[in-house]
Amino acid sequence: MAGKVVTISSGKGGVGKTTATANLGISLASLGKKVVVIDADIGLRNLDVIMGLENRIVYDLVDIVEGRSKLRQSMIKHKKFEDLFLIPAAQTRDKMAVSPEDMVKLTDELREDYDYVLIDSPAGIERGFRNALEPADEVLIVTNPEVSAVRDADRITGLIEAADKGPGRLIINRLKPDLVKKGEMLSSDDVYDILGLKIIGIIPEDELVLSASNSGIPVTLNMDSKAGMAFNNVARRLTGEDVPFMNLDDNPGLFQRLVRFLDGR
Amino acid sequence: MTSLLNRLFGRTKRGSGATAKNRLHFVLQHDRINLPPERAEEMKKEILAVIVKYLAVDQERVEIALEQRDRMHSKLVAELPIVNETYKSENLKPEPVATVATDAGSNGAGKVNEGEPEDASAEDAEEDDKEPVADKSDEDSSKDDDKR
Ligand SMILES: Nc1ncnc2c1ncn2[C@@H]1O[C@H](COP(=O)(O)OP(=O)(O)O)[C@@H](O)[C@H]1O
Ligand SMILES: [Mg+2]
Repeated sequence: MAGKVVTISSGKGGVGKTTATANLGISLASLGKKVVVIDADIGLRNLDVIMGLENRIVYDLVDIVEGRSKLRQSMIKHKKFEDLFLIPAAQTRDKMAVSPEDMVKLTDELREDYDYVLIDSPAGIERGFRNALEPADEVLIVTNPEVSAVRDADRITGLIEAADKGPGRLIINRLKPDLVKKGEMLSSDDVYDILGLKIIGIIPEDELVLSASNSGIPVTLNMDSKAGMAFNNVARRLTGEDVPFMNLDDNPGLFQRLVRFLDGR
Repeated sequence: MTSLLNRLFGRTKRGSGATAKNRLHFVLQHDRINLPPERAEEMKKEILAVIVKYLAVDQERVEIALEQRDRMHSKLVAELPIVNETYKSENLKPEPVATVATDAGSNGAGKVNEGEPEDASAEDAEEDDKEPVADKSDEDSSKDDDKR
């Protein structure tokens, strides 16, 4: 079996990489895939708390890379999904403790037994990002519909292409449909025009994301959450399924309904 | 489809979203070639400084701009209208008769006869010039005909 390594990157911090990684991991697992998620943000460990696994950590990524622990015994199994595992980042070490080659070696081993290896990349364009990029078969770029986030997404896209890992696919996170409608926010079409990347997901702003991270239960497990549903769609698209984009507009006016009707949505 | 309908119904975006898009275009144009705006301005000034050593350029109408198709395809496009003074009387010294005034409108695609031409070449220039000028006025009048 040849699993796929998918890196979740962004350039700018705080746009939703960790949220996306956790939710994609859960969604893929609920689709019956065998999944490992790796927190590559050494020194700023986060994926563990978002997934509610912080109190189970014994070993971390650096322990594995430096040979202090065996890979299998270091992976933390999710409470709900048998085939979902986390490799946490080291919290007290420097990102230089891991090299891109280490990551390739590690993921090559995981690829044999798992369908998906998701890597949560740190922000920035330095070593941590290189570590996350090097083993990738596919890169997802998370951005927000906002000038600085899109600018940084463009920068990272250039680097991804230069490393022969492109073209990445885009997750537009925290979109506010009502603002887009008023012309007060970049639309997904705008972001597409600017970046020229295929969009694999449009995730609306959703308060339930915060409650989810408060409780350590990713939002995609919440059936009421639009963001959760949108993340689930991304996971399905990742597996090659053709999933239409969700309608994010709560109360479409007559005009919007006409457009949608003619668009076949 | 959506955008077509939006256009038909005059729903072009005017809010801060459109401003964001324009600003991103500007910023990315420079980011993508690693030439910040302030360096680009400097470069434009230097380019112009070199050109004006050789040509009289209409500085008001100079345009040097970046154009970008996508991340990997950019070009620098310059339009530098030349004020053609080749046929001005003071440049054709010994022949004050040759005042075929072609100041405005000549777009300088032709020769660059700078300095003081020798008598012979000045005559050449005068001869060469007469025909095109006649042609041009023909063209212009035919254009006017079309309009009417
Ligand atoms: N779709 C969303 N709706 C609301 N809040 C979100 C959404 N996505 C992310 N957030 C919030 O944004 C913040 C940053 O998200 P995070 O995933 O940690 O970003 P990153 O890993 O890129 O730094 C978090 O507080 C998270 O709860
Ligand atoms: Mg993060």
